[in-house]
Amino acid sequence: MTTSLARASKRVPAPASQDPELLRRLLRAKDRMDAASHEEWPVSRLARVSCVSEAHFARSFKDAFGVPPHRYLLTRRIERATALLRDTNLPIIDIAFQTGWKSLGTFGRTFRDITGESPGDLRSQQKATLHELERVPACFVSAAQRPALTIAVSEKRRQEARDINDASEQEEVS
Amino acid sequence: MSQGIEVVGLYVRDQDEAVEFYVGKLGFRVHTDARNGNYRWLTVQHPEQPSFQLGLFAPEQPALDAATVQAMREIVAKGGMPPLVLVVDDCRAACEQMRSRGVEFTQEPIDRYGRVDASFRDPSGNGWKIIQAR
Repeated sequence: MTTSLARASKRVPAPASQDPELLRRLLRAKDRMDAASHEEWPVSRLARVSCVSEAHFARSFKDAFGVPPHRYLLTRRIERATALLRDTNLPIIDIAFQTGWKSLGTFGRTFRDITGESPGDLRSQQKATLHELERVPACFVSAAQRPALTIAVSEKRRQEARDINDASEQEEVS
Repeated sequence: MSQGIEVVGLYVRDQDEAVEFYVGKLGFRVHTDARNGNYRWLTVQHPEQPSFQLGLFAPEQPALDAATVQAMREIVAKGGMPPLVLVVDDCRAACEQMRSRGVEFTQEPIDRYGRVDASFRDPSGNGWKIIQAR
């Protein structure tokens, strides 16, 4: 009984219905990030595209699309980088700068945190498998291959660190 | 051809606005515009594709309940409907003409895999890819 109550209280309420007219304007901001994910997209810039206040933008974007705007941008950049690793022979540092990162180190670390692999490892794997993606219009491939990032990258890092600690503790016990 | 797909429909937020877009800006023609009270069966056609109609329908009661109407309107406005693809002979020229008529592009024409493609949305939020014919 207590557990079910605890679970019920933890349940995330479904976002209330949103004004379609507002959603259409939020979609415009999302489209702009898709078209130029290598650019900087502070909330102030996105809010201007959607013609709403910054506070309103951040909250309604998350309600509409399930992730905060900066995290959405991050997944777009990772998807772009993955595609460039797969489809081109560009050096990884060029890919990092082309997709909007300011340093190779940050790119490599974030890429590994999100995909579980280093850019170099992912490239060799992808190059080894055959793709027929040229048969699919590119924007649909992009949208479909965006990594799911349901938690913040920092939280993902903490979780993985915890898992490693747990595993080593268990080894010590047994 | 006597067998095949005749109509595929889109949900739009406003049918007058949709006609203005698909006919006035994209150059489609109205095929059927039949009204009965609040209900309106509206289809348009590509001028070079007489066997196919694109339906421009509004999610409305009583065909759908009020909550579903609201959900549909939200999904369309969020760009959640499936992909649409338009084929043209010259993608850059087509985009230029559409832009001069006020079409909102979400991706500029780029050359990819040897074909030029671009993206745009209708006023409701339905996303189109426009691709150069091979």
